[in-house]
Amino acid sequence: MINISDFVEMKIPAQAEFVGVARLTVSGIANRMGYSYDEIEDIKIALSEACTNAVNHAYKEDEKGQITIGYGIYEDRLEMMVLDRGQSFDYSKVSEKLGPVDSEKSIDQLSEGGLGLFLIESLMDKVEISGEDGVVVMMTKFLHRDGVEVDASTISSTPK
Amino acid sequence: MNLQIKQEDQGNTHHLYIAGEVDAYTAPQLREALLPLTGKESHETLVHLGDVNYMDSTGLGVFVGALKSSKEHGSTLKLRGMTSRVQRLFEITGLDEVIDIEDVKGGSK
Repeated sequence: MINISDFVEMKIPAQAEFVGVARLTVSGIANRMGYSYDEIEDIKIALSEACTNAVNHAYKEDEKGQITIGYGIYEDRLEMMVLDRGQSFDYSKVSEKLGPVDSEKSIDQLSEGGLGLFLIESLMDKVEISGEDGVVVMMTKFLHRDGVEVDASTISSTPK
Repeated sequence: MNLQIKQEDQGNTHHLYIAGEVDAYTAPQLREALLPLTGKESHETLVHLGDVNYMDSTGLGVFVGALKSSKEHGSTLKLRGMTSRVQRLFEITGLDEVIDIEDVKGGSK
């Protein structure tokens, strides 16, 4: 049983200019934990995508809202929670549309948005989204200190 | 956390040199610089991304929009010199299949 060792929490205004602040913070935390350069970049992107979603969807334009971000620092993983208090969206509906761009489709059918959640799922080891009072996105990236990549079968057996 | 955009024109060919971070905050800046160019019939726009050290789906969204605009107006859009990190995002999302990308910098790692 691994106990949580440290927890960092921050609140940022739900505005695009603060997404970069959250990104810098997670970059520092992931660096301290010993993730590789590429893993840190993946973590930065996933966190930014979750924050960007919260900025875009949680509050109406004239509303001043906040996003709460929690970083759970474990021996073997980093857990990131992004909470907004705005309107929740239907995740099952959104996730149906997730997936890479199909080159068979005409360019008109390409969506300019919607790639964010797909990227989160591609870059993180585990993603959970729940939405009752606002939306909570929970993302986990495991830490492999020995520097050996886990093989594909280990990844697929990770509990969803 | 900023974005610098430099534009050079040679006749009907436009070069956009992008440096910095493309995210939710800076993507509108990129869109504003790019869309007027792709909206010109038979013009060619080359976007140089070698100095972009961070990009996420908001940046990808801008290029999807620019690609649509170029098809609609009969212009050409090309992305040049991006790092392998940035290129990986185009690959994961399958956008590398539909957007003209060349001269990727650095190895796969």
